[in-house]
Amino acid sequence: MLRILKKNFQSGRPAPSYCPGQTEAPLGFAGAPEIDAAKCTGCGQCVAACPTDALSVSDDQKENRRTLVLDYGDCIFCGLCGPACPYEAISFRGKFELAAPSRDALARPFEFRLSETVKDPRFVAPEKNFPPAAARARHPNYEQGDFADRLPLEDLGRKLKDKIGALFGRSLHVREVDAGSCNGCEVEITNLSTPLYDAERYGIHFVASPRHADLLLVTGPVTRQMELALVKTYAAMPSPKSVVACGGCAVSGGIFRGSYAVSGGVDQAVPVDVYIPGCPPRPEAILYGIFVALGKAGAPGN
Amino acid sequence: MTPEIERLKQQFGKSVYGERAETGRLTSVSVAPEVLPAAAEFMARVLEMRFLFLAGFDERKSGGGFRLRYAFAHPREDRFLALAVQAGETEASFPSVVSLYPQANWQEREIQDLFGLKPSGHPDPRRLVLHEDWPAGQYPLRKDFPNGVKVPRRQGDYPFERVEGAGVFEIPVGPVHAGVIEPGHFRFSSAGESILKLEIRLFYTHKGIEKLGEGKSPREILCLAERVSGDNSVSHAAACAQALEALSGTTVPERALRLRVILLELERLYNHVADISGVVLDVAFSFGAAQLAAVKERLLRLNERLTGQRLLRSMIVPGGVHKDFAAGALDHLLRETEAIKKDFEQIVHIIWNSSSFLDRVEETGIIRREIAEALGGTGPAARASGVDRDLRRDHPYGVYSQLFFMVPVFAEGDVESRLKVRIQEIYESFKLIHEVAAGLAPGPCLAVPRPLAPMAHALGGVESPRGECFHWLSTDREGKISRWKIQSPSFANWPLIEYAVLENIVPDFPVINKSLNLSYSGNDR
Repeated sequence: MLRILKKNFQSGRPAPSYCPGQTEAPLGFAGAPEIDAAKCTGCGQCVAACPTDALSVSDDQKENRRTLVLDYGDCIFCGLCGPACPYEAISFRGKFELAAPSRDALARPFEFRLSETVKDPRFVAPEKNFPPAAARARHPNYEQGDFADRLPLEDLGRKLKDKIGALFGRSLHVREVDAGSCNGCEVEITNLSTPLYDAERYGIHFVASPRHADLLLVTGPVTRQMELALVKTYAAMPSPKSVVACGGCAVSGGIFRGSYAVSGGVDQAVPVDVYIPGCPPRPEAILYGIFVALGKAGAPGN
Repeated sequence: MTPEIERLKQQFGKSVYGERAETGRLTSVSVAPEVLPAAAEFMARVLEMRFLFLAGFDERKSGGGFRLRYAFAHPREDRFLALAVQAGETEASFPSVVSLYPQANWQEREIQDLFGLKPSGHPDPRRLVLHEDWPAGQYPLRKDFPNGVKVPRRQGDYPFERVEGAGVFEIPVGPVHAGVIEPGHFRFSSAGESILKLEIRLFYTHKGIEKLGEGKSPREILCLAERVSGDNSVSHAAACAQALEALSGTTVPERALRLRVILLELERLYNHVADISGVVLDVAFSFGAAQLAAVKERLLRLNERLTGQRLLRSMIVPGGVHKDFAAGALDHLLRETEAIKKDFEQIVHIIWNSSSFLDRVEETGIIRREIAEALGGTGPAARASGVDRDLRRDHPYGVYSQLFFMVPVFAEGDVESRLKVRIQEIYESFKLIHEVAAGLAPGPCLAVPRPLAPMAHALGGVESPRGECFHWLSTDREGKISRWKIQSPSFANWPLIEYAVLENIVPDFPVINKSLNLSYSGNDR
């Protein structure tokens, strides 16, 4: 007993100090890729290096336009695009507050004049060099999910939600569902309950049953074999309820999209309120996403 | 010709043919299906070769039909041998070897689900990987299966094994659990508090990773390998990179090999600390759990300082490591690990002086050595039951052959022994990191990538925090990946839990489960 007290005394109080928009990631953390529009020529080398569809280009010959899109929703934060860029336009500076209420808000488009891009010695033509981007589901499609008939009607809940958000601001009960993640996101969500992040001090409490939950935190690309369990868990929650998709797989299916065994993102099975990119998102990024769901923090860029 | 193949040929004559030196330490030889069970028995009983895993292959395009390859490891020398067997498409495609190797049980059922090849004489031919709503006649790992096309669902039922009798209750748990853990279903049959039977049903997180890897570039496949089991990212990537480097004949620079050892041991550190923390939390000793969680967080921050990623991802690439450590990072690593070790020592000392904690872990969840060996148990779970095996020592990869470390083995096989193995391994990992970091010579850390050899097979193996992790890669005529088999340690260890919980009380299940630290995603893939 005395030893325990002594050790506790020695370790002191951990100093968790996450504050949305103000806290910087610890030294060394790479975070999300950021494209410097002043340096980028739109050559497309990074697109060739990207293992998912996070970077894509589309050329419009008529309009003389090339559009390069960086979509954080598809990004697995692997860092392969950085060294691939011949102009050092891609940097990793520890950016992690990325969560947003819609998939479109996660995409960063950059436009170029195609006639000038073509002159670049590193120019990559899309048709020949990239496999056709997997049919992307950029929009929620839960009404077409295999178990859509089990989704409860949420009209009343949706109207109430905004008002009740103000009340939830003090206390929020979260149910986590792993819909087929690699367990990377679970590592970070578990960390939210440790003394260093201690989500409880924000009133965020993880509960054992969906019947006690206000918010469903879902990880994983929604595997075929977890889809029913996810829909049932969602249906078991009392209304009004929110859903947060946590991690690249949950947002878009990530690197697993296109497999026979995954449906490709949480919004293909249940309605989603906030998307948290990251692979995995660091604990602060998950907290930020939950704050966005509560209306306590704005979308990035705002 | 290796001595084992010579002995096989003496024993079985013309039924053993077509030997091939594959890449690296792997040799393969074909065996006629009718002598397979006898040959497998000969391998185990006479040659003392250890059965590792079984993989299916669809080689119909190149005229080879369906093939199975049974991978074996030499008990004393650093060699691997694969027995290749032709499998038919008829009712009984290949002879089951489960009666000889109980660990082949799930392996053969996996092949039945994913290739549509039926093991004859299998004691439990139920579905395993694909659940009951998957239609019959669709086999994802066959080459003619179109990936990405939505497969319709059908009605189906999965029969659980029942325990009947007065006072016997069934407790279904999962797939969505009460805590923040991965999904899986547990069916307990209990009389009072005591568990009579546990049946586990997994593969809820099956993502079809092996199929997704086919045709991918080496870099892309490593990104996938890192996401087989998130907390074992480095181990899976390192095993897969070994196979890729064997296929391309790349020599990895010395510095990169040493940096990989540091990464692998850092991964072991945070995994083991998290496991001990989890068990301590599950017996409601919140002081220890909170303190160890803080240690784990400190290790994760060390990871991100060194590599930019808390789970050490994106570091291992074919031919070496993606980037060298930043200036000053090595000094930080040495200082920080020293401090963490001191902190960890103090906490463990306090925890192991708590009688209420020891009361929960001593003699809980005992796995007998015979069970661990028969089911192919691996890693700390097996070493706690007296199985003295560690790939780092027995089949050294990277620079492990130049390093000195102990492999802790305990005989009791209970939760406490599994924790003690991890504690000892943590100290060994600290030692290894110091030894490698202190003697790190400057040099390049990435070799120029070379194309993969066509029509070749390669095996990569790493002792992950959970145990042996193997990646088997095969290429087609163009040198593209045509088959990727991942043998994760959890796929070997999950069946152990059905034995570990017998005659224990239901409330001890979480403690036993955590002490085995099984990955659902690594198992389901």
